[in-house]
Amino acid sequence: MKHQPDNNQNNHHSPSQSNQSALDEVLTTEQLCVYYGDQLALKNVNMEIPRNEITALIGPSGCGKSTLIRCFNRLNDLIDSFRLEGKVLYRNKNLYANKVDAVKVRRQIGMVFQKPNPFPKSIYDNIAYGAKINGYTDDLDELVETSLKQAALWEEVKDKLKENALSLSGGQKQRLCIARAVALKPEVILMDEPCSSLDPVSTEKVEDLIHHLKENYTVMIVTHNMQQASRVADFTAFFNAEEGDSGNRFGYLVEYDRTEAIFNNPQADATQKYISGRFG
Amino acid sequence: MSESITTNQQDQPKQLDLEYSGFEARTIQDRGLTILAFTLLGLAILPLVLVVSYVIIKGFSRFNLNLLTEIPPTAMQQGGGISSAIVGTILLVIIAGIISIPFGIGAAIYLAEFSPKIVAKWIRFATNVLSGVPSIIVGIFAYSVIVLTMDQFSAFAAGTALAILMLPIVIRTTDEALQLVPQEVRWASVGVGASNFQTVLKVVLPAALPAILTGTTLALARAAGETAPLIFTVLFSQYFPNGIFDESVPSLSVLIYNFATVPYQNQQELAWAASLILVLIVLIASVLSRFIARQQTY
Repeated sequence: MKHQPDNNQNNHHSPSQSNQSALDEVLTTEQLCVYYGDQLALKNVNMEIPRNEITALIGPSGCGKSTLIRCFNRLNDLIDSFRLEGKVLYRNKNLYANKVDAVKVRRQIGMVFQKPNPFPKSIYDNIAYGAKINGYTDDLDELVETSLKQAALWEEVKDKLKENALSLSGGQKQRLCIARAVALKPEVILMDEPCSSLDPVSTEKVEDLIHHLKENYTVMIVTHNMQQASRVADFTAFFNAEEGDSGNRFGYLVEYDRTEAIFNNPQADATQKYISGRFG
Repeated sequence: MSESITTNQQDQPKQLDLEYSGFEARTIQDRGLTILAFTLLGLAILPLVLVVSYVIIKGFSRFNLNLLTEIPPTAMQQGGGISSAIVGTILLVIIAGIISIPFGIGAAIYLAEFSPKIVAKWIRFATNVLSGVPSIIVGIFAYSVIVLTMDQFSAFAAGTALAILMLPIVIRTTDEALQLVPQEVRWASVGVGASNFQTVLKVVLPAALPAILTGTTLALARAAGETAPLIFTVLFSQYFPNGIFDESVPSLSVLIYNFATVPYQNQQELAWAASLILVLIVLIASVLSRFIARQQTY
């Protein structure tokens, strides 16, 4: 069954329409469309991501959540056929303006990936790598320690910092990747399904960690798991996929609001169906 | 209806037979094929065993310290060793390595990391063609391009010929090693603000290094055993080579070729001993490269 979103026309979404002044936005998208080659992947996304809050992106497979999150640190640049229309504003600067250096963007907006992907280096070097290439000259030992502490990993690895990071367990690897992102002292941390390959115990640890990160960072998290969104996120955006004229699927933003509102009082029919588990 | 089936089964439980029987068609076929596979495996390994044991039996009588310290004898001389040929082979292989390894690894980095797909496809194809070119043709090529141009045989010309033979092996193994490094690791590196150059140099290359070393070692071993290119590019002598533009550089492979085909027993024995040394070099290089590859990161 194909569903037409009720609010397809009203496609400007701000989670804070009631108290606009209380929240300031770090990231904003304006009429964002993404294409891979000729194929539309994501259509007309308008979102405002509030500072020092956790925003979750949920929705069925192929709805463009991962594509969207990768737009925020220009990681999609690595895909040859990627093309973007519209704007992605970071503190009111368009990230896709001509003069913007993607490398500098990524130093402000860190990323944690679906599959834990530590470098094949020692635990210490995994953290120090980003700092070194960014010309960090202060005490590296201290940076490694504080980053690992922030990622709640320090106690487990403090005696084996020189060991290869690939010898860690899956959950430890993912927390190491979070520590690696934190070490750059970014403003925003993007997480693309960070717990999808972890067991429940590790997932809980990572979720606790995400809660703590909120104090210092703006966090965006893509998740397949609606319980996870309701547990960790302050705001939740629901995306859905639809078939275009040429038969390819593209994603669009259906509803974006405070997490409680999305889960307790969804406005759109599709959101209601998705969160109650009737599709997706 | 389903009720009647269940009651039927309960009424007459079938005799349960789980015992292994060696005479069923299935087990006989199973065993026959296993034996066949083992036999074929043995036949495939046989040449290696035969070659190595024959070389050891023939070469062992002269396998002593003199072999490694004395220079090759002339036709009627007694005794002697192959020291200068070992040094010559090492010199040629070093020249070949210095030329082919940087070029090969550089080319592979371009192929795996930066080139457009269509370009990579054609370069990979060209590399495969190059690896299929017989070594004697590479020898003639080096002869006409380097020896004739410089108007002299030289260790440099021979090293270049060997480098051409090594190049496709180095490119292919490095290319494959780089492709094995997961894409996520590149994303991670780019994600922490590394440039493409930093990503390749500090993350991707170190991750692929064991496999690259394996390929390079095997390429060097292959070059050490080549004969045909050397016949065209460098003269044989008994004496130690004197720099990279020396006209006459002895090498193990050419020494074997020369000494094995003469009627003098002393030289024939040395040819076998040299074969043993060459086989040992290749063997040790292979084992060494496997050992390095054991510490593989992915």
